[in-house]
Amino acid sequence: MYYLWVFLIGGFICTLGQVLIIYTNITSARILVTFVIIGVLLEAFGIFDPISAFAKAGINVPIIGFGASLAKGAISAVESKGLLGAFTGGLEATAGGIAAAIFFAFIFSLIFKSKTKS
Amino acid sequence: MDKSMDIKKRNEMYNNYVQAKIPKTKAWPSLFYSFLVGGIICCIGQGINDLILLWFPNMAEQSAWAYTLIVLIFIASFLTGIGVYDKIGKFAGGGSIVPITGFSNSITSPALEYKHEGIIYGICVKMFTIAGPVIVSGVVASFIVGLIYLFI
Repeated sequence: MYYLWVFLIGGFICTLGQVLIIYTNITSARILVTFVIIGVLLEAFGIFDPISAFAKAGINVPIIGFGASLAKGAISAVESKGLLGAFTGGLEATAGGIAAAIFFAFIFSLIFKSKTKS
Repeated sequence: MDKSMDIKKRNEMYNNYVQAKIPKTKAWPSLFYSFLVGGIICCIGQGINDLILLWFPNMAEQSAWAYTLIVLIFIASFLTGIGVYDKIGKFAGGGSIVPITGFSNSITSPALEYKHEGIIYGICVKMFTIAGPVIVSGVVASFIVGLIYLFI
């Protein structure tokens, strides 16, 4: 029955984003940046993992999870590599997602035509 | 003197006009839809994650999440390509922006939009108009966190 938690928490986080849109008129780039930094902070203070234990995809799929894995990667790389880890850890942990997003965007933008200007 | 008054008055009228033309988002339906769509996208992610762990029981949890996000990114990028994701985004608002699918959409969408400016200056440059700030802020924040952990 943990899908209920996934739905409720995932929905709640997205509604927070919508509240920001309605009451402050901020753009989607600012929303994404805000949530990534929230994710980094949650992970840095050790709050992310307890939430993730029962919210699962509810907090891992929102961009908060992306921020958290950036911070998680940096922290664990610092423990094994020292200062170098602070440089490499974050991007190493999220490289899969970033590379996938870039690769698929490149392929699909070559294949498809823009719908809004046709 | 007289002229500057005119300009002031004209600017005021223009601002009122703009204010009247800005589309008003109806608060409650949009909050409901963003809750619904956001929740559904997260449930789809959970479903993909469960399937991956079912097929590859030995996979580490971290890798399973990475694959889950890659699959979601693929789906969102494809839906953006065929023009469906923007239709969802019109009524879902935050529900389609905040999940990782929104990140994928924010990369594919401008790439597609500026395709006519060429592969290098169109697709490759415009791809990062929204994703750039996200990656920069994330990397800077994670570096600072790593640095703090190094010294404590």
